[in-house]
Amino acid sequence: MKNATPLIWRNSADRYNLLGSHCATCGTDYFPERVVCPKCRRKGKIEPKQMPPEGKIYSFTQVHAAPTGFEHETPYYIAIIELANGVKVLTQLVDSPDEKIKIGATARMCFRRVFEEGDEGIIAYGFKFKVV
Amino acid sequence: MVGIVGYGAYVPRMRVKVAEIARVWGKDGGRIGEGLGINEKAVASFDEDSCTFAVEASRTAVKCAGINPQEIGALFVGSESKPYAVKPTATMVAEALGATPNLTAADLEFACKAGTAGVQACMGMVSSGMIKYGLAVGSDTAQGRPNDALEYSAGGGGAALLIGKEKTIAEIDATYSFTTDTPDFWRRQHAEFPRHAGRFTAEPAYFKHVLSAAKGLFERTGTEPKDYDYAVFHQPNGKFPLRAAKTLGFEEKKIKQGLITPFIGNTYSAAAMIGLSSVLDVAKPGQKILVVSYGSGAGSDAFKLTVTNEIEKTGRRPCVPVLKAIEDKTYIDYSAYIKHRRKIKSL
Ligand SMILES: [Zn+2]
Repeated sequence: MKNATPLIWRNSADRYNLLGSHCATCGTDYFPERVVCPKCRRKGKIEPKQMPPEGKIYSFTQVHAAPTGFEHETPYYIAIIELANGVKVLTQLVDSPDEKIKIGATARMCFRRVFEEGDEGIIAYGFKFKVV
Repeated sequence: MVGIVGYGAYVPRMRVKVAEIARVWGKDGGRIGEGLGINEKAVASFDEDSCTFAVEASRTAVKCAGINPQEIGALFVGSESKPYAVKPTATMVAEALGATPNLTAADLEFACKAGTAGVQACMGMVSSGMIKYGLAVGSDTAQGRPNDALEYSAGGGGAALLIGKEKTIAEIDATYSFTTDTPDFWRRQHAEFPRHAGRFTAEPAYFKHVLSAAKGLFERTGTEPKDYDYAVFHQPNGKFPLRAAKTLGFEEKKIKQGLITPFIGNTYSAAAMIGLSSVLDVAKPGQKILVVSYGSGAGSDAFKLTVTNEIEKTGRRPCVPVLKAIEDKTYIDYSAYIKHRRKIKSL
């Protein structure tokens, strides 16, 4: 990935803190953040909102052939977490023994390195989840 | 009075046993472990570093304090293993806490005592009314050169103390520091691993500074070891703090609760602060705690604390105490250890 700095910078708030959006008109939460509420369209009132840091595993898989930059972390788990407010988040699962990784298991947000631009570039930090 | 409003500690999940490291280098692991008073050490995972530890510990401290992170006016991260040589960890921690942008932030370095130096800076700023709350963090993913004596002890962890005047769970009654120019341990710019003056550094380095700081604090506060219920010393291994305690006249039972290095290794800037966190997990209102950090180079910060009634209130302590949290662990072998710690050159 060449010069990802602008992208890392732009996304740091939502990636650090699961910062998404809330529509004040219909009460729906969204992650990642949205500019327009797809339900309310022009009537929607979108505001920033921090997502709950805990949820349950909705689905998961183990990655053996990783994309560039993640080769040394294989095998690792990625999962869709259904947060307490119903919002689904795609994330890496860390620090979780195989036997604990099950659909419905409770997982909590943690703070990790996500990727880095080689040895000299920017390090992107953000949320991952661990089974508790 | 200024004191601790919230605290948090974080220790990574993976452990490598001293015996496993010794096996690779053909040494007697039992004897080395016995000599150091360390059984195993905590190892940061591939995607962890002193910044991620700092964020985890700080989030716990802020949660226990029950404050709005926007009220944090200063944030200092002490570390000797920063992810960037230039670019503050403190700004990333502040952003992850939701404390930006109305605060001052900086990284501090003083080997293993940069975290407690941050506590003193926060104390001054809070006492003067410059800020309402200050957050001081000590965090390290310490590295030892393969087959160096440090490799057996250098662990990883972080701890955070939120300093303020209101609703303190422990008041900081006094602090005293003892500092000299002592070349016992160093790492030059661009060097990957630290160097040290060997095992002969104990007396003129660790013991001289720790004991002088403790005695200086006793003199200035008119106290003596029997006035304290707990004592926490910097713990580069499991043996030095026991000897410092004995020399000063503390019974061993007063330092057991805050002696964590035997289970997780030396966590450098975090070591004394994780030890204090473990003491705060159990300390009762009115009890007095002595904390003495040590940083090579060299200096010690000593603190006298008195626990308040606030500590017994719901939610003021982290959900999981330090001694319980460190039981949640996974053992890895030496090859997994050097992979996670990025000691394989082509990685
Ligand atoms: Zn809507």
